[in-house]
Order: sequence, then C-alpha cells, then structure tokens
Amino acid sequence: MRLKSIFKPDFWDHEDVAAGPFKHLFNFRRIWKQTVFLTLTVTLTPLIFMAAIDYRVSRKAIESDIQLRTARLVSNTRRSVSFFLQERKSALAYVIEDTLLEDIMNPVRLAQILENLKRAFGGFIDLGVIDEQGIQRAYAGPFLLEGIDYSGEDWYRHVLQEGIYVSDVFLGVRQMPHFVIAIHCRCLTGRPYVLRATIDTDKFNHLFAELDLAGHGDAFLVNRSGILQTPSRIFGPVLNPIPLPVPPHSERSEVIDAVDPGKNPLVLGYAYIENTPFILMICKSKGELFQSWKKAQLEILMFLTVSVAAIIVVILWGTTYLVSQIYDADQKRVATLHQVEYSNKMASIGRLAAGVAHEINNPLAVINEKAGLIKDLFLLKENYAADEKLLALVDSILKSVERCGTITRRLLGFARHMGGPPALQTFNIKDVIGEVAGFFEKEASYRSIELRAEVPDDLPAVESDLGKVQQVLVNLLNNAFAAVSEGGHIAIRVRRRDGVLAIDVADDGCGIAEGDLKKIFEPFFTTKRSRGGTGLGLSITYGLVKELGGEIHVESQLGKGTTFTFTLPLVR
Amino acid sequence: MRILLVDDEVELVSTLAERLTLRGYEVDWFAAPQEALEAVRNTPYDIAILDVKIPKMGGLEMKKKMERIQPNLRFIFMTGHGSLEDFEAGSSEAGAEFYLVKPVNIEVLMEKIHQATTKEAAPR
Repeated sequence: MRLKSIFKPDFWDHEDVAAGPFKHLFNFRRIWKQTVFLTLTVTLTPLIFMAAIDYRVSRKAIESDIQLRTARLVSNTRRSVSFFLQERKSALAYVIEDTLLEDIMNPVRLAQILENLKRAFGGFIDLGVIDEQGIQRAYAGPFLLEGIDYSGEDWYRHVLQEGIYVSDVFLGVRQMPHFVIAIHCRCLTGRPYVLRATIDTDKFNHLFAELDLAGHGDAFLVNRSGILQTPSRIFGPVLNPIPLPVPPHSERSEVIDAVDPGKNPLVLGYAYIENTPFILMICKSKGELFQSWKKAQLEILMFLTVSVAAIIVVILWGTTYLVSQIYDADQKRVATLHQVEYSNKMASIGRLAAGVAHEINNPLAVINEKAGLIKDLFLLKENYAADEKLLALVDSILKSVERCGTITRRLLGFARHMGGPPALQTFNIKDVIGEVAGFFEKEASYRSIELRAEVPDDLPAVESDLGKVQQVLVNLLNNAFAAVSEGGHIAIRVRRRDGVLAIDVADDGCGIAEGDLKKIFEPFFTTKRSRGGTGLGLSITYGLVKELGGEIHVESQLGKGTTFTFTLPLVR
Repeated sequence: MRILLVDDEVELVSTLAERLTLRGYEVDWFAAPQEALEAVRNTPYDIAILDVKIPKMGGLEMKKKMERIQPNLRFIFMTGHGSLEDFEAGSSEAGAEFYLVKPVNIEVLMEKIHQATTKEAAPR
C-alpha cells in the first residue's frame, strides 16, 4: 500500500457521479468516521476509566498508609520525649525528697548532686535552689548565679502556682540551646523552696537522629509560638520561627498537609507534649514518599499510552482497510451495473436500428424496382431511349437507392451483433474494420479528418465474438475522434504477432497526461466529467477485450497523440 | 424459362415480375404463399425466387413444400433482413443456392438466375 493511500484512502474524496439505481449504497466517509468513533469509544473508554480508577484508589491507599505510619511514628517519638522529660522531672523530685534543705543549700553537696545527676541521667548542666523570696540561695554549675533574684520572672510565679515548670529552649551564655525544669518543694519539714535545673537539648537531637525517617524526614520540637526548640533540617537552626501556623491543640497525634519554604508539599505529623511548651513535629516530603507510587503510575501511564497508540493505529488501519474493501466492492458493483446497462442499451440500439433498417428497406426495394422498371421501359421503348436526361435521372434514383441499401445493410449487420448472446463466429477482421470505419466516414469528411485503415490482405480469419470486436473498435474510434482536432489523422493498423492479431487505433490528437495513463482503464476515471463523460467507455472496452481473450494497452504523449493497441487471439 | 416469384409486397413483386418479363422470362408472381403453392402444383417452373419473410408462411417453409412437388426446382431467396454474412451462413442451412439482399440489383439477380439454371448437377 502506498504511503499516500494509507493516510488518504481512495474513498475519502469519492464523489457520487452516478445517480439513480447505480448510486453507491454507502457514504464511505461517514461509515469510516462512525466505525472509528465507535470502536475507539468502546476500546479506549474502559481502558482510560480503569487507569483513572487505579490512579485514585492507589493514591488514596498510599496517602492513608503514609498518614497512619506518620501518626504512629509521632506517637512513639512523643512517648520517648515525654519519657525523657519525665525521667528528669522524677530525678529532680527524687533529689527533693531525699535531700534535706540544709544539705541542698550546701554548695559542695549541691555540686555533688549535680555530678550524680549528670552521671546517672545526662543532660544536666546546672542546679540552683531558690527560696520563697525568689532569691537563688545555692548554685552548682559553670556560672556564678548565686544571689540572683527571680521573684519577678514569669516562670517563678508559674512554678509556685503549678508546682512544676518546663521552660522554652533558650541559648545560654555558651550559645548552647537548653531549657529549664523547675520544681516547687512544699516540704512540711522545712521552708519551701524551688529546685531549678538547666538541661541540655543535645539529648533530644540524639533521640531524633535515631528515628528512621523515610523520605528525607525531619523531626523537631517547637514551642507554642512556633519557635524551633531543636534544630530542623528543613526550617533551620534552633530558635528560628517555622513558617507554618502552629497547629491546633490536640490530645492525640495528628497528621496534616503542609508546605516547606521551597513550596514542596509535606506530610506533617505533630503531637502536643503534655505539661511542657513543646510540640513534637515530624515532617516528610510528599514527593519522596510518593516516589515509588509515582514510578509505578508512570509505568502504567506509559503502558496506557503505548496501548492507546496501538489501539488507535490498529483501528484506523483496520477501518480504512475494511471501508476500502467495501468501497472497492461497491465500485465493482456499480461498474458491473453500468456494463449491464451498457449492454442493454446496445441491445436496444441494435433492435431499434434493425427495425428501422428493415422498415426502410421494404419501400426502398419498391422504389428500386419501380425506378428499375422505368429505366427498363426507357431502354426498351425507342422514343425514350434517346432521352439521356431522363435516363440520367433514373440512374441517379437507382444510385441513391443503392446508397441507402448499403446503409441499411450495414446497419442491419452491425445491429445484429450488438447485445445479443455471445456467439463465436469466424470472420475477416478487414471486413469488420471496413464496416465500422464506414460509420465514421461522414464525421471524418465533415471534420476533414483522415481515417485510414492499413490492413494486410493475407491475414487469417479470426474466431471471436463479432459484436464485441465491433464495439471495441467503435469505442476506440469514438475516443480517437474526440481527441483529434480538424485536419487530424486516425489510423487503424493490423499486424500479425505470435499467435495474435494486434490492432492499433492511432490518432495524432491531444494525447493523455502521463499521470492519467495508469488510471485510464479504471471505471469512473474521466477527464471529461464536465462534458458528460462517465469514465466508463474505456473500462467497458477493457472488459470487452478481456472477454475476447485479448489484451489492451495504451501509449500516449501529451500533444502528440495516442495509440491504443488491442489483441485478438487467432484461431487455434 | 419459367420463373415463380413470391413476395408479400405486391408493388415490389409485380414490378420485379414485369422487369423480368421485359428481359424475356415467363414470370408468374404471387403475394400469397398458398396461391404460389397451388401454382407449383399445376405448372412446372425452372426457378423460384422467394422472399424469406412472408406472413403465414416463410420462404424456407415454402421451399420445403415446393421441393416435395417439384424436386428439380431451383431457389433464390431475397431478404430485407440481415447482412451479407447472414445470407452466407443461412444459405447453407436452407439449402438454397443464392441469397440476395433487398433492394435487389436487377443485374445481380439476372446473373444469379443464370448461375442457378446452368448448374444442373449442383450438390444439394
């Protein structure tokens, strides 16, 4: 199949030239469009629908899975953080319970306690004892903070009220992030006081570093104003504000959607840690989490694309092929109908011609006899015999009768073979050519066209269907007469050539364009549509020659002329 | 020489008979086949010139009947139908020596009559 016809099949530009009973039964372009539309719809719709459903369902599943896992991780981590804080609170509570006020006020003893706490729990930096006036009475640690008055501080008032206080993280003198745990001792044995410990946040960092955070996860603490309490990989160092709204308070671990500073979507899990200002947050990049799912989806999408493309190609090709087949079959049907109509027409013309010729023949015979008798009488009776003028008149009548007789005889002979049942006859091709050429003599003389027949005398007889041979010759001569202009030349040549007679009908008329030569025997191909050409003459001629067991071909040069050559098999 | 001439066209057959008479033949002409058959029964003829297509009885049928009465009778057919090849094909089938196409040239007819009557031993 040519590339061009794949993209534009023959039927696409089909115009229905024939009307009436020979009209094409189908609108090929519409059939093609409907078939393509329907098959594409029923094949592609379920495929795309399934793919879309899979996309939605699997996305939902993976989202809920991520949410669940994040929530679980947040819960576990919160427990760890709470436990860490609780441990230190308990340690301080134990110190209070176990130590007398006098001992704790003793700087040496306090330093010893600090040392023990550091060793046993870790994270403790200093310890201070503050009396009920808010004055730090004893201090153990790296700084000289004895005697400082905390009575005006918020945290001091808070601890007096609540009994325990955990502070926000702050950078100390050493630029180390740390926070404070303070416990109010209302012991019955002595005066109440507050035990205050500063705790390093390093421990938290270790805790978070140990978490197995998939997808470039990040875990950190913020306070209730959204200030970072531990360093965050995404949001920066300690005490930076995070660019997210502080999530609403919740007893449980929650998971929400958020975006990072680079506008990348995040999954954010958080939990409020009871009795502290801390909120635990765990972030995961959505892009990372969805990566494997996206990869799977991409594979599905690629598969879908390839399938859709394959389906479209197959449907387009298949539909085009099928409609082309229907088109070809219908084209053949119409051509056959035309041929049948043509034969019927020829048969009618034959009958009509025979009838007319016969009807004319009878009065013609009477005229012939009457004029003949007049001539006989003139010749026999001496008083008229000398009248040359009268004799010439009678001779002229007889000659005209003879001419009419030739015409009716020719017509009868010709009509007899038109459209009748196929019959093999043995005949001389020279006679047939002479007879057929006779019909064109008048037209040739009117238009000063030289019609020449070059037929050798020694040709063998042909056994064939005479009527069809006549029709072929008539059709080819009709074409030749249409092609030549006034003063042109038309020649019929017959040659004997290995087992066949080759008959040329050559003209020096307008010729045929090279591109049209290949299509010239196709049904409905015509260059004379505007002048009433049906494009069937040569296709019928082609069919007739084939029926006679011969071949037909054409040679032509634009402007120089055309030669049709057909062959007839000789008697075997 | 006595000639029987049969054609349903009276104008034609009478004129042709007159022309043949002028040329020295004895001619009986009929437009109705039955009358012609009757004449054949009563009179011997040398040659019968028959039209192929006559209503009621065609030339070929007439020939068969006449042959039964006068076996030596020769026949020439005239027809307004068909072309030369048909006469050639038809003549062998009908067993007639000669077919002529209407309108008939009198010279040709004379020649055929001459040929028919001189070929005594022509094979049937």
